[in-house]
Amino acid sequence: MPFIPHTEEEVQEMLAAIGAASIDDLFDEIPASLRLSQLDAIPSALSEMEIDHLMNKRALQDGQPVCFLGAGAYDHHIPAAVWQITTRGEYYTAYTPYQAEASQGTLQLLYEFQSMMVALTGMDVSNASLYDGASALAEAVLMAVRANRKSKSKRILMPRTVHPAYRRVVRNIVKNQQIELVELPFDPQGGHTDPAVLEQYQGEDFAALVIPQPNFFGVLEEVDALTDWAHANGALAIGVVNPLALALLNPPGEWGGQGADICCGEGQPLGAPLSSGGPYFGFLCCKQAQVRQMPGRIIGRTEDLDGKVGYTLTLQAREQHIRRSKATSNICTNQGLMVTAATIHMALLGSEGLERAAAACFGNTRKLVDALGAIPGVTPLFDRPAFHERVLRLPAQAASVLRSLAAHNVLGGLDLSRDYPELGEAILVCATEKRTGDEIAAYAEKLARVIQLQGGVTCGLVPKE
Amino acid sequence: MLIYEQSKTGRYAPAQSPLDKADVSGLPEQFRRKRSAALPEVSEMQAVRHYTRLSRKNFSIDTQFYPLGSCTMKYNPRACNSLASLPGLVSRHPEAPESHSQGFMACMYELQEMLREVTGMQAVSLSPAAGAQGEFAGVAMIRAYHEARGDSARCEILAPDAAHGTNPATAVMCGYKVREIPTGPDGDVDLEALKAVVGPQTAGIMLTNPSTLGVFDRKIEAIAKTVHEAGGLLYYDGANLNAILGKVRPGAMGFDVIHMNLHKTFSTPHGGGGPGAGPVGVSERLIPYLPVPMVTREDDQYRWLTEQECPESIGRLTAFAGNAGVLLRAYIYARMLGREGMPRVAEFSTLNANYMLKQLQAVGFQAAYPQRRATHEFIITLKKQAKELGVNTMDFAKRLLDYGFHAPTTYFPLLVPECLLIEPTETEDKATLDGFIDAMGRILEEAKEDPEMVKGAPYSLPVKRLDDVKAARELDLAWRPGAH
Amino acid sequence: MSNVPNDLKYAKSHEWVRDEEDGTVFVGITEHAQELLGDLVFVELPEVGDTVDAGSECAVVESVKAASDVYSPVSGEVIAINEALADAPETVNQDAFGDGWLFQVKLSAPAELDDLLDADAYSEVMESEEH
Repeated sequence: MPFIPHTEEEVQEMLAAIGAASIDDLFDEIPASLRLSQLDAIPSALSEMEIDHLMNKRALQDGQPVCFLGAGAYDHHIPAAVWQITTRGEYYTAYTPYQAEASQGTLQLLYEFQSMMVALTGMDVSNASLYDGASALAEAVLMAVRANRKSKSKRILMPRTVHPAYRRVVRNIVKNQQIELVELPFDPQGGHTDPAVLEQYQGEDFAALVIPQPNFFGVLEEVDALTDWAHANGALAIGVVNPLALALLNPPGEWGGQGADICCGEGQPLGAPLSSGGPYFGFLCCKQAQVRQMPGRIIGRTEDLDGKVGYTLTLQAREQHIRRSKATSNICTNQGLMVTAATIHMALLGSEGLERAAAACFGNTRKLVDALGAIPGVTPLFDRPAFHERVLRLPAQAASVLRSLAAHNVLGGLDLSRDYPELGEAILVCATEKRTGDEIAAYAEKLARVIQLQGGVTCGLVPKE
Repeated sequence: MLIYEQSKTGRYAPAQSPLDKADVSGLPEQFRRKRSAALPEVSEMQAVRHYTRLSRKNFSIDTQFYPLGSCTMKYNPRACNSLASLPGLVSRHPEAPESHSQGFMACMYELQEMLREVTGMQAVSLSPAAGAQGEFAGVAMIRAYHEARGDSARCEILAPDAAHGTNPATAVMCGYKVREIPTGPDGDVDLEALKAVVGPQTAGIMLTNPSTLGVFDRKIEAIAKTVHEAGGLLYYDGANLNAILGKVRPGAMGFDVIHMNLHKTFSTPHGGGGPGAGPVGVSERLIPYLPVPMVTREDDQYRWLTEQECPESIGRLTAFAGNAGVLLRAYIYARMLGREGMPRVAEFSTLNANYMLKQLQAVGFQAAYPQRRATHEFIITLKKQAKELGVNTMDFAKRLLDYGFHAPTTYFPLLVPECLLIEPTETEDKATLDGFIDAMGRILEEAKEDPEMVKGAPYSLPVKRLDDVKAARELDLAWRPGAH
Repeated sequence: MSNVPNDLKYAKSHEWVRDEEDGTVFVGITEHAQELLGDLVFVELPEVGDTVDAGSECAVVESVKAASDVYSPVSGEVIAINEALADAPETVNQDAFGDGWLFQVKLSAPAELDDLLDADAYSEVMESEEH
């Protein structure tokens, strides 16, 4: 039986020491009516060789299509060293660093992570991760409601340019606490949140305004104007950002006159493979004034009995294991291993490497949009600057086009018709630093052919201008 | 030394990013960073050496015995990692079409089915990202259920005083008030106290069984009946599922919703604090509310069930499908255990725990519930030693580190003063357990002969005992250029 | 056994009250309370001008191992807070009944003082908690 080391002899010795006749006797406090006889529906055990065979078959089944799909999960280069080091047993099988003296490896690494996130975001403090970007945004909203003492309203302004899944997750997590999400429309021309739409809310009580950068469409928002409006109106500014984009873009800590108060986002671009959507990690940063409202683990630097520098979990009194029903969050396990990878990733790339990667994403997406936009009927939407994603309108049904492309082993993009029906037959495309000129050319060629075959077929919805 | 302190201006790892720097003049100035982010500037060799060295300062299951109660620190099979990392699996985009996802989805579907079977529930969703999120999903489903029935009077969640902190924290996140039920002196929940507080305001009760006290609550069927009769639902915190895997099913105990901790029972890696996975299982009446997405099978095709197909779902709790890579590792582990291996997990973890309990009592330690069987874990209390010798649980824990053992869980549950919650798991051999017991015996002697020495432990680690008061008073949470 | 000054009044939740006899009182936490908490790392106080109600949470005292709510023993308006605690929370540990005071309240219902415990009654509360 796998992984259990006991010999029959040892079992007998142990039972003798306990004073029990059989292992079964050790379960005698459990009512007989509850005891299971056997598990019929579970398949029989497989050896490692057999499961190896099965998993290889399954992995090959899904192919490895060329990825022009982003929408919150990005295909980036991850240096080989990142996961070779991260899967060392000392990191992979370590526990949460509650016994600090026995966990200085993880703790120092997490302190370095916090330092790097502070540098990247321009904020004062970072925590040691949450589950993912969407749930991090939910925690940021909860935090803003707690931290904004002046606001009594529990109302949050949420632009439609925030990732639709994020908005859904936030709603699902905060709705039982009477927090209201007020939706802001996006500008059909620019694909951004025009600060002018906030005028109707002037003088009303909001706990916070959420500001994405870049937004779900890849478009860059007017972050300074939005941040300043929030502050002038007594609301906190919550930035939702792509950490790789921050290598090029102005960070939330420097938005507007005072900087964003809280910023969060998805850390996947920093060293986490696509892996069907997880595990990723959410990051959360804030200004010094809000540090005690921040959920999740935080590592602090201190000294030991001899005055030597060491690292430890701190501010634990806010967390569930101590504060219980009054905790800042119920979170316990976070995404430690992913943060380990992200830290090594950031150290390997450094600012120079991240800037080059980000610049390549920017450049490749432009090339992609130029190539695809040259196809008759394919129209890039939104005339504002974008980071590494763009929306394209197609002269054929988006779902059907994407299906055909997939059959040619290309993931062409995300169909936007479900979440943004007003855009018509539109897709969101992305080209990271990994996409080569050949791949882009091949995509354009295939798309042209698919459109020619399906061309002119729309779904009946007339796109509004 | 921090990675920052090894930086040299202008240094980086050229092989790891595009060799040509793309033109970003198309990005207007107003959006651009004014200064580069202050990240480390080191060579690839430096980074590799630094993080490799750091790893060697950690205790880990791969290097030490780690009997942390309630954490289930069992061996993490290497195949789970290598097979979950196969290129075809690790490169799959979450939004890839079903046509290119059948292999992955087959694994998810089969995992759903295995978890369903082993817990005795009617349906399973794999999506919650960890135990606490599983708890959130569970309590949110209870809420959705009562709201759908138009029963808005139910505003309270009950939890034992010994419950893990995530339980009351979760209840509050879901808009409930928490009411604590006391535990009796024999470790079972006080049934009379429970009966006195259930009523039309009771939305449900959150229980762990075996409980956080390391014992099986023998009154579970009566508790279930009491709460159900009052119209409330039963939530099962699966943190201790390892003790009963394949032997008892939470579904049979009367639970309406359960969460499992795959990073405990199904041996996915603890990773220095996650990622975990907290799938939930439900009884018939809660099926409509399960979090999405889930996988279903139609003929021979696997399909996704999303908000579209499940309109009454409590929705999704992360952007995609939860910690998919963790779920794959759990699937591989579950296939390697099979129907034969699962009950043996419960049998041998229980054998190991009972053996340790007896042996520790033999060398002079006091069990918190001496008249009870250990389940897969048990509590000893050092109250006597703290009082008589001035050496407390924290001191014992730190001294154990010097003996090369990670300390058990300390000071949880809060109910038992000066406690150690010890869980060996089934993958440890007798010699390792004997080594631990021997060390505990020695530390007891040291505590009698030289208490000050024990109070100053640890001595053999990269640092001595750390000043956590200083850490909290003088917050230093990030390195800054020029700061140190 | 911790010090329990006779000239103060107490609440069961381990707060003390010093009657200034001018319609205001000073409030703090007892020596027993600070002993249970351990070294304080942070004190979160109400704001001057806040209204407090007897029995409601109005402050938080945080140590490494706990973050405890402080319940106002009396109702009224907060007219002063001990700002020195922001930089030196350990003052509460060192001088719980003196320099470690938390806030001052202008009473809205002076009769509430009669409901509080005297030193003997509070000593009994402390003893009954001892296990």
